[in-house]
Amino acid sequence: MEFQAVVMAAGGGSRMTDLTSSIPKPLLPVGNRPLLWYPLNLLERAGFEGEAVPGLGRRAGGSPCALPPSWHHLRRSFFHLVMFARCAALAEEVIVITRKEIQKMLSLDTKMKLDFVYISDNVDMGTADSLRHIHQKIKTDVLVLSCDLITDVDLYKVVDLFRTHDATLSMLMKKAPEPTEVAPGQKGKKKPVEQRDFIGVDDTGKRLLFMANEADLDEELVIKRSILQKHPRMHIRTGLMDAHLYCLKKYVVDFLVENRTITSLRSELIPHLVRKQFSSPTSLQQGLDNKEEGRKKKEQASLDIYSFIKEDNSLLKPAPDNSCWNDHRGDMNETLHEGKVRCYVHIMKEGLCCRVNTLALYIEANRQVPKLLLNLGLEEPLVHGTAQITDRGMVGSDSIIGSSTQIGEKTSIKHSIIGSACTIKDKVKITNCIIMNSVTIEEGCCLQGSVICNNAVIEKGADIKDCLIGSDQRLETKAKHVNEVIVGTEQLMEI
Amino acid sequence: MAEREAPGGAGPGAAPSVPVVVQGPELSREEKLQLRKEKKQQKKKKRNEKGTAAEPPEPGTAADPAQPRVTPHPASPPASANAPNDGEKPPGGKSKAELRAERRAKQEAERAQKQAKKAELGQGAAPAKPRLTPTEAPSVVKRLPEHVQVDDPAAQRKLAKKLERQQVPLRQDYGTKVNLFSHLHQYSRKKPLTQQMSIPSTVIHPAVVRLGLQYSQGIINGSNARCIALLEVFKQLIRDYSTPPNEELSRDLVAKLKPHISFLNQCRPLSVSMGNAIKFLKKEISCLPDTLREEEAKEKLQGTIDNYLREKIVLAAEAISKSAFEKINDNDVILVYGCSSLVNRTLCDAHTQTDRTFRVIVVDSRPRLEGRETLRRLVRHGIHCTYVMINAISYVLPEVSKVLLGAHALLANGSVMSRVGTSQIALVSKAYNVPVLVCCETYKFCERVQTDSFVSNELDDPDDLIVQRKGQAQLGGWAENKSLRLLNLVYDVTPPDLVDLVITDLGMIPCTSVPVVLRVKNVDQQ
Repeated sequence: MEFQAVVMAAGGGSRMTDLTSSIPKPLLPVGNRPLLWYPLNLLERAGFEGEAVPGLGRRAGGSPCALPPSWHHLRRSFFHLVMFARCAALAEEVIVITRKEIQKMLSLDTKMKLDFVYISDNVDMGTADSLRHIHQKIKTDVLVLSCDLITDVDLYKVVDLFRTHDATLSMLMKKAPEPTEVAPGQKGKKKPVEQRDFIGVDDTGKRLLFMANEADLDEELVIKRSILQKHPRMHIRTGLMDAHLYCLKKYVVDFLVENRTITSLRSELIPHLVRKQFSSPTSLQQGLDNKEEGRKKKEQASLDIYSFIKEDNSLLKPAPDNSCWNDHRGDMNETLHEGKVRCYVHIMKEGLCCRVNTLALYIEANRQVPKLLLNLGLEEPLVHGTAQITDRGMVGSDSIIGSSTQIGEKTSIKHSIIGSACTIKDKVKITNCIIMNSVTIEEGCCLQGSVICNNAVIEKGADIKDCLIGSDQRLETKAKHVNEVIVGTEQLMEI
Repeated sequence: MAEREAPGGAGPGAAPSVPVVVQGPELSREEKLQLRKEKKQQKKKKRNEKGTAAEPPEPGTAADPAQPRVTPHPASPPASANAPNDGEKPPGGKSKAELRAERRAKQEAERAQKQAKKAELGQGAAPAKPRLTPTEAPSVVKRLPEHVQVDDPAAQRKLAKKLERQQVPLRQDYGTKVNLFSHLHQYSRKKPLTQQMSIPSTVIHPAVVRLGLQYSQGIINGSNARCIALLEVFKQLIRDYSTPPNEELSRDLVAKLKPHISFLNQCRPLSVSMGNAIKFLKKEISCLPDTLREEEAKEKLQGTIDNYLREKIVLAAEAISKSAFEKINDNDVILVYGCSSLVNRTLCDAHTQTDRTFRVIVVDSRPRLEGRETLRRLVRHGIHCTYVMINAISYVLPEVSKVLLGAHALLANGSVMSRVGTSQIALVSKAYNVPVLVCCETYKFCERVQTDSFVSNELDDPDDLIVQRKGQAQLGGWAENKSLRLLNLVYDVTPPDLVDLVITDLGMIPCTSVPVVLRVKNVDQQ
């Protein structure tokens, strides 16, 4: 088996507590589907099936959608060639790590068989801790995804970098979009400056040479001379967003198990791996006079990732003497400078890739999602069949309406997403809004650019602009709110 | 015929339309043998019907249940270096005693009839070469390999069907081809085969997917490197293989290897060295005795692969290098072209193991610019080098004492198939009376005959020819220009009269002795 996919859905959504206090982050509705559906759909489209691999080898059948239809009945035929019998134990292909509370609320529409691993609510686990938690299930290279990734990238581009160059790490990045809107609840026009990431890539744009966050740097960007000697041309970019999609080799997981100081993949492990590309293994250091010092150094050496790399897996080993390919020219070094740790990145130019981290990004994602869903070619129409709409013409073409929603007369809905079981009375104007399930909106309301959570009730004549209305809230008649966050007091008490 | 029972016990409800698939519950070994025999009989009947135009119909001879075993058909097309076209060899010695006796009786009967026929038709030139008498009339048409029939839609349809059956995606051709080469495939490096496959690859082993990607992206380049990598991956495949119940390893493993070979072929056309290695491996697998258990059989196979690697590649390289540097004299100026692992090794060994002083001129050509790698290796060793482009060879040749070339393959008429540009160098060297020496291991000898570089060649990605200078790509919009075609050839064929000596692990032979070596090899392998 080549890959196991791990979807990290245990995070709390700490940057958008207004939303996530009532709904756990993986279940946040985006385009009327839970947020967790998007990475799972990406995996499904790529060809993951999620079936457990039995001892004798798995049933072949992963056919991507592009195959001619005659293949589909061959899918279950026993003629197929099954070669991989060596994975003796069962190994699940798609593992989802979530919190226990989600267990009851989850109903995903996916054909894959998922393996859910539940973490209790009071344990605070970083992403690396989660990987450590399930390390016994991991038998091959892993593909780690975050639950808040919405993208239509061709997964083979990231994975091919991983396969071709026998890389330690391969990740996905995209140019971060300029935020256009002001999210509800923000005072003032200026958005807080986020810490920038400095990403250094080589001339081909594929090899990741340098990664540092502004928070870790004092005043200057320090680049080791050895990096520049090996790669004289380096392009440093700041506007890139990390999609949190990583292909990692199995020995990285083994390394994480031993090295318990690393808690987060994104902020600790990945920069560590990028730095390790250019540093020699510590076990090569000589001159240990003091025995005690030697013992301490030995402990540190055993935590060095080089000790985890198994030699026999490298396919480039017998060939480099004979192969005439070299990744660089102009110096006397062997190809790839004989570095064993290699990190690659695929930078997307076109297409959709967003991470739903903050409220502004959540709104942005909802705006982009109708186009994505159309491109995916899903069978469901944007307007659900059971929705009862009196005036079809007043509903915009890219608005999504959930099931069993009732919409009254003379109600215009533009660029909005409305959940299921909502009741919207007559003469309501909704523009650019995200309305979740079971919301009631009385007559004559005017909503613009707002997010309205589950079970909220908005009385007649309310005029809401750029607000966030928490769940179960009730707005009085003729309320006027501009740029406010209205959540319940018990939610405010949570830290 | 591999059958797999899904652990979930899903019944064979779907009815596949491909005739090769056998449905139903698993058949026992005997039933499978019966089925195979019946199929062979049917095939033989059809062939007999077609071929009996000239011969009198044989009185009621049922077709042989199994072809006489290992008689090497000279008609059998080793003309194609591509292994996938070979049929499986019939099993050896597995049938029961009665069937064997029956078969022998039938063979005797047929032989007697043939002798009688020959006596009837006249005594003229009936060469009694026992080894080479074909069992069928010489009306067998040699089949052209598919990879030189790209403009023939029937052949392409057959290929597409075969790939569909094996669940290997078909790679699409890219760009308009030059008319003379429209019978060859032309792929784009930016559209890898993995685009059409599922991400955790299920049908094709991950190591093979990785190898295919490395071939198509050009990371593993060079005849020897490709063959070594291929054999290492095969070793891994064999390690991960386990025989399904009611199957024999010798038949099943060959069947399992076929889709992987097709996949690698789609990624990049197989080289002659790879083709020979595959043929060798298939023969080894099908000649495995049945008495071995699976573990022993696998170990034996790993051992034979290791032996092949060691003998044919590693030791041969040592032997060639030793005999070649005998030819290097003091104060020699040697011209090399491109990047050949053998030539590099020879020069480095000559530099370290003898104290002769010589210098090297490295000739390079676009778009691959492999000479830079040669230059780096030689300079690293401390050899004095000069670097020129191929358009400067007539400038440097007056001072060159000998030319040392590598080869991708040696063809049966003595021609040398090597990187494009080699024949040019040989031609100009001949004009300047400079001796041309070719270094080639014997496992790269091929039974194909080619007199030109058109018939069987490889077209590389035409976008490699686009040069980027100061942000401008000179040929960037070539696809839109209807009257512009780009051609990026990989190989060319050097006629034997331009080559003075071939240095092999069997010794130093003239070019014309290549068919002798091939014949000797064939006799050895029987």
